[in-house]
Amino acid sequence: MIQWATSPWGQTVPIHIAWFLIWVAVIAGLGFFIVHAIWVKFFARQEVFAGGAPSSALSAKLPERVKRHSFAARAFHWIMALAMFALLITAFLPKVGFPFGWVTYHWIAGLVLTASILFHIVHATFFMDPWSIWPDRADIEDAQRRLKRFLGQDAPPPRRFAKYPLENKMYHGVIVLAGLSVVLTGVFMMFRVRTGILPRNPYLFGDLTWGMMYVLHGLAGVGLIALIMVHVYFAVRPEKFDITKSMIFGTMSKEHYLEHHDPERWAVEKS
Amino acid sequence: MAVIRDVMPAFELYQPASIADAQKLLEQHGRDAWVMAGGLDSFDWLKDRIKKPKAVVDLSGVAELKGIRASSDGGIEIGAMTTLTEVVKNPIVKEKYGLLAQGAELAASPQIRNQGTIGGNVSQDARCWYYRAGWPCYRAGGNICYADTPTGRNREHAILGADRCVAVNPSDSAPALIALDAKFVLRTAQGEKVIDAEDYFIGPDIDIMHLNILRPGDLLTAIRIPSTWAGAQFYFEKVRDRNVWDFALLNVASAMKVSGGNIDSIRIAVNGAAARPLRLRAVEAAVQGKAKSAATGEMAGKLAVEGAVPLQFNAYKIPLMRNLVKRAIGGVEEANFA
Repeated sequence: MIQWATSPWGQTVPIHIAWFLIWVAVIAGLGFFIVHAIWVKFFARQEVFAGGAPSSALSAKLPERVKRHSFAARAFHWIMALAMFALLITAFLPKVGFPFGWVTYHWIAGLVLTASILFHIVHATFFMDPWSIWPDRADIEDAQRRLKRFLGQDAPPPRRFAKYPLENKMYHGVIVLAGLSVVLTGVFMMFRVRTGILPRNPYLFGDLTWGMMYVLHGLAGVGLIALIMVHVYFAVRPEKFDITKSMIFGTMSKEHYLEHHDPERWAVEKS
Repeated sequence: MAVIRDVMPAFELYQPASIADAQKLLEQHGRDAWVMAGGLDSFDWLKDRIKKPKAVVDLSGVAELKGIRASSDGGIEIGAMTTLTEVVKNPIVKEKYGLLAQGAELAASPQIRNQGTIGGNVSQDARCWYYRAGWPCYRAGGNICYADTPTGRNREHAILGADRCVAVNPSDSAPALIALDAKFVLRTAQGEKVIDAEDYFIGPDIDIMHLNILRPGDLLTAIRIPSTWAGAQFYFEKVRDRNVWDFALLNVASAMKVSGGNIDSIRIAVNGAAARPLRLRAVEAAVQGKAKSAATGEMAGKLAVEGAVPLQFNAYKIPLMRNLVKRAIGGVEEANFA
């Protein structure tokens, strides 16, 4: 999984990941699609939530379109997505047989990603509810209920979701880990190439530290291949269209909101 | 040059007698195969035990790859295994394509030219000593360029086109072939491919581990020189630390057609400035139609080095390249080294 080399001082150091991991990530992503699609088509049961059907009184109070994402949040998401695709294409296409001059495009896309993440941290912390994307006690309890019911054990149905389902929250957590890993290591790696922004200094760290940084950058990078594939897969699944469209237009249908979300846990903004 | 450490590592030696057999062997062994032409570059790598191929395919027994033939378009075709001495002494090359004869004659030493081939000369690997010493640099698959560091010894390295790696292409015949608009004939798994000489070479931005487009299984079989530039005004100059048996610090090759004192058309290339021989298209466009004079040479020289970025110890290459281009266009007697 790791490519090793002997440094000029006789030290065995890691230099980067083994590139076959690119294909492992692609196969893992494709495998997930297939297994999940078969599961949904043939085995998945209708989702049942506690509390029964939503009341018509509540429905009457809601607008037809429920606001889910602000313009700033959507702009961040799509800028980050563009940067992420640019990063994956420039990083891995040359490795799988489509050579081109990729380094400059890669670090520029990396800077865009870094800037968008910094914006997101500030925006989410001060202008959104930062805790809404992290799992809470109710998510854990509901996950236990869903697991028990999946295994055929007795358990009450789970509650409807807050603004983000647990799967979204878990995905966000993994993306945060992978994203911060590539961004932090990537910023330091910019000291190894000519950017005109940072002074070149390949001696900033020792060979071992640099090697570990390249390995972490690579591992997080191939991890992102699988994660982005899964994300795109869910974005195009018919039952998730409402969520996907809300990332484009900012709103989701009242019906989708009432069916999947708990007004107690996600109070809709009155426009 | 790295210290020769030991005897060569063990490998299977294959000596095919035809191009078809050679290609079959290369396809069979893929990445494990090493193509050996004259052996000058190969034996350095093997005796230093830096490269340890499982199979060496020695092309010296392939008669089809040798010799210089007239081609139907009035040009010539040079087999990739033709020695540099044969190229230099060939009467057609001397008479019509003197630029190549000059470039080939300035390579290495007479003994090396007797053994070294034109195909090997254009396909040889970079001479950066960090890379040749087996250090895990970018070109060797690592993540650092030891030459492009604050203390790296980089007097011979690149001033143009560097991208992480700063090694340069060491060939003397390559810029001459580019100036002559030569075509390289490759045999690949997909069949025969004919490409422009300048497209045979690649920089580190595209592929940091190779100086040319040859991939496992590919073979350079011949070099075709069209008659387009036969008998044109040629200029070749190589600057090196000593006058024999040394790689170029920089070299320049130009082919020019002049009428009434004006430059009708020109092709000019330099090597030793970047990881690939550079055809100076901007210079060609700028001097076309202008008088072949010192002033035009001066302008061309300045244009040639635009964008050059010196390393710690090779800033001298910028005025050197500027003056070589100036001399190639304006003439030696007109030029002054600044």
